Amino acid sequence: MNIEAIRTLYRFEMARTLRTPTQSIVSPVISTSLYFVVFGSAIGSRIQEIGGVNYGSFIVPGLIMLSLLTQSISNAAFGIYMPRFSGTIYEVLSAPISSLEAVIAYVGAAASKSVMLGLVILVTSLLFVPMTIVHPFWMVVFIVLSAFTFSLLGFIIGIWAESWERLELVPQLVVTPLTFLGGSFYSIDMLPPFWQKVSLFNPVVYLISCLRWSFFGKADVSIAASLAVIVAFLAVCLGVVAWIFRTGYRLKN
Amino acid sequence: MVPIISIKNLTKTYASGFQALKGVNLDIRQGEIFALLGPNGAGKTTLIGIVCGIVRPGEGSITVGGHDIIRDYRAARSLIGLVPQELFTSYFETVSANVAMSRGLFGLAPDPARIEKVLKDLSLWDKKDSPVMTLSGGMKRRVLIAKALAHEPKILFLDEPTAGVDVELRRDMWSQVRRLRDEGVTIILTTHYIEEAEEMADRIGIISKGEIILTEDKAELMRKLGRKEMTLHLKDALATVPAPLAGHRLALANGGRELVFTYDSATERDGIAALFGDLAAAGILLKDVHTRQSSLEEIFVGLLKERS
Repeated sequence: MNIEAIRTLYRFEMARTLRTPTQSIVSPVISTSLYFVVFGSAIGSRIQEIGGVNYGSFIVPGLIMLSLLTQSISNAAFGIYMPRFSGTIYEVLSAPISSLEAVIAYVGAAASKSVMLGLVILVTSLLFVPMTIVHPFWMVVFIVLSAFTFSLLGFIIGIWAESWERLELVPQLVVTPLTFLGGSFYSIDMLPPFWQKVSLFNPVVYLISCLRWSFFGKADVSIAASLAVIVAFLAVCLGVVAWIFRTGYRLKN
Repeated sequence: MVPIISIKNLTKTYASGFQALKGVNLDIRQGEIFALLGPNGAGKTTLIGIVCGIVRPGEGSITVGGHDIIRDYRAARSLIGLVPQELFTSYFETVSANVAMSRGLFGLAPDPARIEKVLKDLSLWDKKDSPVMTLSGGMKRRVLIAKALAHEPKILFLDEPTAGVDVELRRDMWSQVRRLRDEGVTIILTTHYIEEAEEMADRIGIISKGEIILTEDKAELMRKLGRKEMTLHLKDALATVPAPLAGHRLALANGGRELVFTYDSATERDGIAALFGDLAAAGILLKDVHTRQSSLEEIFVGLLKERS
């Protein structure tokens, strides 16, 4: 295992984040604050508690998941698309690095960034609403697992994309809608029975549900089902990445 | 001597159906400067890309330092430094961060002394804290060389190192490349500047349409394939080549005021003495004589023409 190479690549990726603090930290903090101002205070004060949790607090896990998913995907997609686009990928391909090591570094860096972002959002939310965390251990597990899984998805998108437009396609057209419709701002119990059933086909519902459970001890769907969905999704992404490196798809021609 | 790089029956066909390499066989000797010469699209960059792990090989096998590039890719790649043709580097990072990163990618622990030496050798030391994007094109190219040298490679690939580089920097690079060779680094450079191969190389390979059509010591190549031309400036113009001189390969030029003698530099040295004897016997007086050897460029163009 070329540990030094993983460390080097990981640090190089992280340095990119730290070089652009506005993009990576300030802007998510501002957008989260806006959500709290609008949904937490302005509208939230007129919404009754959901399952004994005040609305401002209720939306925190959903907001964290919303940022976690979109940022994981865009960090990882950008992280690998950029060197492909600029040509600097030659250096990674010609170094004595295995595919696994490259994935650990790229995906690890992307996931680290979004975990940090999730924590920043959590801390920001403490400024606006009272928060309790019933299962902090599980909160960390779900945040890390989701970040890693969606960073893998982002990595795949970054390799598949052949234009900036495609790079934005999946996050904008698939992930954001699924997250909004996945119960970020409501419990799926509040939906008519038919739409509750439909929602169960949305994988993001499971992610938000288990994260919300780790905060408040109440879930929309069972924790086992949530874990199963995350692990299954992780397995699919790992399979696709393994295939990419075996065939050199869009990495080596 | 065991070749440091050995390429056997290497083929490559791109997904588009384009056959970039058609059974290439090539051995690179340790410590030499090998110039791979060929027109654009001949397969130079594909060949280098495969050896370095950037392009997937088709059929055939390659060993680097005795290590198979697929089965034993770590050992093989550790020996190689690559300077790509295009200016590929992270523009926002500083010069020293870029170079240190390359070293880390090869699994070596940070070594500020080594980085300092590389940067100083390439006259980049005073730019070490500048972001790469603030440097001139020539400086950026040096950064790429520094990156390739950061892990102390035994083999250095330079893909078109001086394409679009001004004359001064080109001379500068040539002397740096020679210094590396003196330190024991094997150097493979691709170029379509024949001048560069002529100036630098110990050995030359010519690639055309995916095939190596020739590999030869440079001096040997120039001797074997080089033609010499001797121009005799005549005191009095001639209308035709006089009959006693018909046995020599002569042509009249410049309105009969010059006789041009073409000879093979390797085998026909004695032809000159015979010619001068015959000239004296025919009473032809000379004002001046000069000789010219064909350049590698002429040899190269001749070889490619022969094959097309």
